[in-house]
Amino acid sequence: MTHRLDHLQTSVPGGDLAIATRGLTKRFGARAAVDDLDLVVPRGSVYGFLGPNGSGKTTTIRMLLGLVRPSAGTSSLLGQPIPQGAQVVLPRVGSLVEGPAFHPYLSGRANLQRLDAADLTADPRTSRQRIDAALDRVGLLATAGKRYRAYSLGMRQRLAIAAALLMPRELLVLDEPTNGLDPQGTREVRHLVASLASDGTTVFVSSHLLSEVEQMCTHLGVMSDGRLVAQGSTTEVRGGSEPTARVLTEQPTAAVRIMTELGLGGVEAVPGGVRGTPIGVAPEEIVAALVEGGVGVKEFTVTSPSLEDLFVALTGEGFDVSG
Amino acid sequence: MSAAESVLTDGPQRVAGSDGVPLSRRLSTRLLRSELRLIAGRRRNQMGLLVLAAVPVFIAVAVRISSPREGRGPDFLSSITSNGLFVPIAALSVELGLFLPLAIAMLAGDAVAGEANLGTLRYLLTVPVGRTRLLVTKYVSLLIGAVWGVAVVVLAGAIAGIALFGTGPMLTLSGTEISFGSAVWRVVLVSLYIAVGLAALGAVGLFISTLTEQPLAATVALMIFTILSWIADSVPQISWLHPWLLVDQWMAFGDLLRDPPFWDNIAQGLRVDLAYVVVFWLLAWARFAGKDITS
Repeated sequence: MTHRLDHLQTSVPGGDLAIATRGLTKRFGARAAVDDLDLVVPRGSVYGFLGPNGSGKTTTIRMLLGLVRPSAGTSSLLGQPIPQGAQVVLPRVGSLVEGPAFHPYLSGRANLQRLDAADLTADPRTSRQRIDAALDRVGLLATAGKRYRAYSLGMRQRLAIAAALLMPRELLVLDEPTNGLDPQGTREVRHLVASLASDGTTVFVSSHLLSEVEQMCTHLGVMSDGRLVAQGSTTEVRGGSEPTARVLTEQPTAAVRIMTELGLGGVEAVPGGVRGTPIGVAPEEIVAALVEGGVGVKEFTVTSPSLEDLFVALTGEGFDVSG
Repeated sequence: MSAAESVLTDGPQRVAGSDGVPLSRRLSTRLLRSELRLIAGRRRNQMGLLVLAAVPVFIAVAVRISSPREGRGPDFLSSITSNGLFVPIAALSVELGLFLPLAIAMLAGDAVAGEANLGTLRYLLTVPVGRTRLLVTKYVSLLIGAVWGVAVVVLAGAIAGIALFGTGPMLTLSGTEISFGSAVWRVVLVSLYIAVGLAALGAVGLFISTLTEQPLAATVALMIFTILSWIADSVPQISWLHPWLLVDQWMAFGDLLRDPPFWDNIAQGLRVDLAYVVVFWLLAWARFAGKDITS
């Protein structure tokens, strides 16, 4: 068995990656919903897959799970080519795709029983305890007997996450897992993802709200209009942008002169003070030079741009739906 | 090597998942049983079964009430009504026109289109359930549904009939009388023949169900198919078409009530049923195996 696994793992490119795609493309008619995507998701990472609504995230996830055939390109999950190897690899992948979907007239528990019954790799003898454990993990154990139709959106979302946790997984693909959850629920999902990740599970989580995932991700990929516009570890993606130094002062003209002399870039006066980009200049040097030059410094800050700013800069939009 | 090792050391379940599933589990009927529970548990289906069962009871009571008083009616009717098993036969022939095909159409609509409509299809496929395995499971549950529906009509009819008319000898269509015991066997044969016809209709329904995400659209389409088949079968000018129609020999079940049974039309009917099953099952598979699931 070692032999065969070994062969499977090494014969496919991207065997050390949880998800790898090359030139992945899906066209619906003339429009490319996903265009030439090269995803690289290392094992053990928490990968935030970001992008506005309609930027192609869900279509990508459908292709990764073998639901939709790509128009071009290849993809692999845990080293298995998709869709050819889907039956082999999907038992090790838990997924949440485009919101929860269950039979409305069955209870939450009965819905999970149905999914568990469908899984050939699931042991029927442990079914009950695994279902209870999954329900407990998302806080639904008490309401498991209620019909799904009576569930609130947040409870439905939790049930869908429970379904993804029915079996031990190496990879979780979670499409907008915090959709419809209140702030408390969102926090719980974040903790859940963190605890799964600390067990070694790779988590691929999509969202159109950066703030919801940025705290938990080790890696980011940003989609815009079907294309991947940024990808890498969170620090790499952040690294593309420079910090800003701000001085609050009542002598802006002198401050501009001193900061320009120090070699800061893009120095300009702003209401109440001055800002610039400190390249190769330590913050304490700036403050010392300002004070020496007789500039009264009320406040001095150096900030890295938030990922949110970066996200907006990359995707170039706020509430608009692309495509 | 290290990747393989990590898979192996991750625990026994993961190894089972990444490698072959044991044959015993591959042949598991868990999904089929879950499917049948889903069908049986649905309130609409339970109501449907009640309607199917009500028809024979209605027929039995109506005949009992209107049956001729001593010495006034025709001998023929009184000789039929000496055996209660005429009730399930009459009920089947009445329900075969509309109610039984409708029951199959409802189940077929739920089978694939219903799951697509709810979105549960994408979750079944990512469990994963192979598409062929899902289609086989759905079709087998349709087969069981067909037998189930016919059995309900026959059992309700037999109980009502025997209660109201007793277990005397049965008059065959050839005019001879057969014992109650052999009459029971004839009814079983008729039921099976009709169930096979409905199973063939189920294959057509399964195919239609893979074409849409609206279960009601699939149900209506299958009913239109059925009714158009009945209409075409009743137009003598296109008699060349009749041997190709699924419903053409459905009513031939009466031949099983002759003494001895007349097999030619029954055999022809079964051949057509089988051809429909093969053709439409393959169409359903060809359609479903490569379909983009965007629901």
